Amino acid sequence: MSFAFYLIVALTLAGGLAAVLLRNTVHCALALTVAFAGLALLFLGLDAQFAGFAQILVYIGAVAILVVFAILLTRSSEAEQEGVFSKSWLVGLVIAAGVFAVLGWAVLASARALPWQAAAPIVTVRDIGNVLVGRYVLPLEIVALLLTAATIGAVIVALHEKERTR
Amino acid sequence: MAATPISVTIDQIFILFRDWLVHFLPVAVRPFAAVVLGVIAIACVFPGLFALTTVFERKGLGRMQNRLGPNRVGPFGFFQPIADGIKALTKEDVIPFRADAVVHFIAPLVLVVAVFMGFAVLPMGRNMVLVDMDSGLLFFFAMGASTELSVFMAGWSSRNKYSILGAMRAVGQMISYEVPLLLSSVSVVMIAGSLSLTKIVEAQNHYTGIFPHWYVFTPWGFAAFLMFSIAATAETNRSPFDLPEGESELVAGYFTEYSGFKFALFFLGEYLGMFSISGLGATLFLGGWSAPLSFLNVIPSWIWFFSKVMAAIFIFIWMRGTLPRLRQDQLMNFAWKFVLPFTLLNLVVTALWRFMGEGWARWVVCTAILALAYVLMGRTGMHRKKIGPRSYRYAE
Amino acid sequence: MVVASPLAAYLLVAALLFAIGLAGALTRRNAILVLIGIELMLNAANLNFIAFWRYGPHPEALTGMMFAIFSIAVAAAEAAVGLGLVISIYRHARTTDLDQMNRMKG
Repeated sequence: MSFAFYLIVALTLAGGLAAVLLRNTVHCALALTVAFAGLALLFLGLDAQFAGFAQILVYIGAVAILVVFAILLTRSSEAEQEGVFSKSWLVGLVIAAGVFAVLGWAVLASARALPWQAAAPIVTVRDIGNVLVGRYVLPLEIVALLLTAATIGAVIVALHEKERTR
Repeated sequence: MAATPISVTIDQIFILFRDWLVHFLPVAVRPFAAVVLGVIAIACVFPGLFALTTVFERKGLGRMQNRLGPNRVGPFGFFQPIADGIKALTKEDVIPFRADAVVHFIAPLVLVVAVFMGFAVLPMGRNMVLVDMDSGLLFFFAMGASTELSVFMAGWSSRNKYSILGAMRAVGQMISYEVPLLLSSVSVVMIAGSLSLTKIVEAQNHYTGIFPHWYVFTPWGFAAFLMFSIAATAETNRSPFDLPEGESELVAGYFTEYSGFKFALFFLGEYLGMFSISGLGATLFLGGWSAPLSFLNVIPSWIWFFSKVMAAIFIFIWMRGTLPRLRQDQLMNFAWKFVLPFTLLNLVVTALWRFMGEGWARWVVCTAILALAYVLMGRTGMHRKKIGPRSYRYAE
Repeated sequence: MVVASPLAAYLLVAALLFAIGLAGALTRRNAILVLIGIELMLNAANLNFIAFWRYGPHPEALTGMMFAIFSIAVAAAEAAVGLGLVISIYRHARTTDLDQMNRMKG
């Protein structure tokens, strides 16, 4: 694996770690953005250009901004009073470590049986377009419906209601 | 008109110069060196254009406001950017005490890097694109989306109420106008059949008689170009959409607490964003590097591209000197209730254009639909909104 | 660390990122950080899909990439709804601290 791969992986993992460990919530959101960027670079390294640019456009251009807006609107950017980790943090850490152990063991134990196609696939955007309206038209329409429902739902859930008389 | 050898040479002069320079290096390094030379060229040309544009803007605005612009430094004031540059570099860099130093530092860097990346896919002349990507348009918009986060970082890290207000207004505005920007480009992609900017320019590089097949000369293309221009003005925070940085409103908005070189970097980022989005508009709608009349092809392609970009910049400056600023709610209202529905309708009209086949019928039908929609939406969609008592909007 | 195949390297990175996201979702107090952990987990799964698409047989079938693209779209929708919920809860409970939301009574 090339040096660039290790560098991007280090960047992504550092961003992910910072996103869950830092004290200041806005810093966590910005570290999450770094992790997203690192992942987009990994997608580009895997010759998935459309997925990489879609990752930047959607995650960094929309989800990260949503997260920082939510942090600002819920005043989480001010200093925490009691500490940032919950009382049961050790249990969570053990579970996460267990999950990683199982996944890592599964990958390493089956390393010999993993496929390894050396040639990079040649995928044009035209192919993606053809497949989106051909083979995958049903998921496309369902995702469209889902996005509409999610947009309307998010607006209704977060709507500022008028003061009700108690 | 057939291109004579000398006009082809002048047209390709930068490519030939680059190939001659690269020829001195070993074969293995040549592609890398070619790209590096292209990057150096972009990094020199566009900031140079930025310096020229600052003085044009100040003198242009001055003339529109019936006064001279700067006229002390150099002949007619054209060395003013040098004086501005020296001032920006030697000013003290003040970071507020309670500001978040790390985020405050990297915000202008993120902006400038993201904006520079957008230039990589613009075809600036025949064969003169830095990276010919299959999904070049998507890459451009991805880089544009990354600039929004830097605006927020700048505003939040200053710990200043004016900055955070300006940042949230700016981000809200940029997000609102990003959807019409993308949708109006999708019309072009539908007709050209590719996301690659070089192929879009080549699809427009044909002539019937002497008139070009630029997309702006079709009804859907004209409507899309208008919506693209409006969205582009809003994306780059230019007047009349410059409330986030309105000098009379918010001190300087999200870059209030920046001084010296970082302020210059924000300024650079904003103008470079203007250049790159003008370049994209020229590529998508105005035929990129192709000449307006077929016999003008003797003039090199890169001159045409930069002329179109500078014409767009002149129109930006003209709008700044003429139109009053829009209020935040008027701006968002306009985006969601007029520009977006019109752009969606334009997509349908583009599809209609494509499937109606050649002939005069499609011109009449498409123009009629778009004109009718414009009149109806313009008249009925823009109700005056009542302004109620002020309410503080945390989520409670 | 030298692994036998590049696919194994990508899978390990995805597994590590998933575990980091899971740890974040399970140990932080703030509701928004739980959502950040969930986004990291979704991204790790996307990386898995793309890695298998690239190195597996028949990559021109595009299934892996299409799944990842749909997953990106769905994750954006889920982030919007989740953050809307967090804002709505904040409006009610005046805090986003999950340790304090231990009663069902509104």
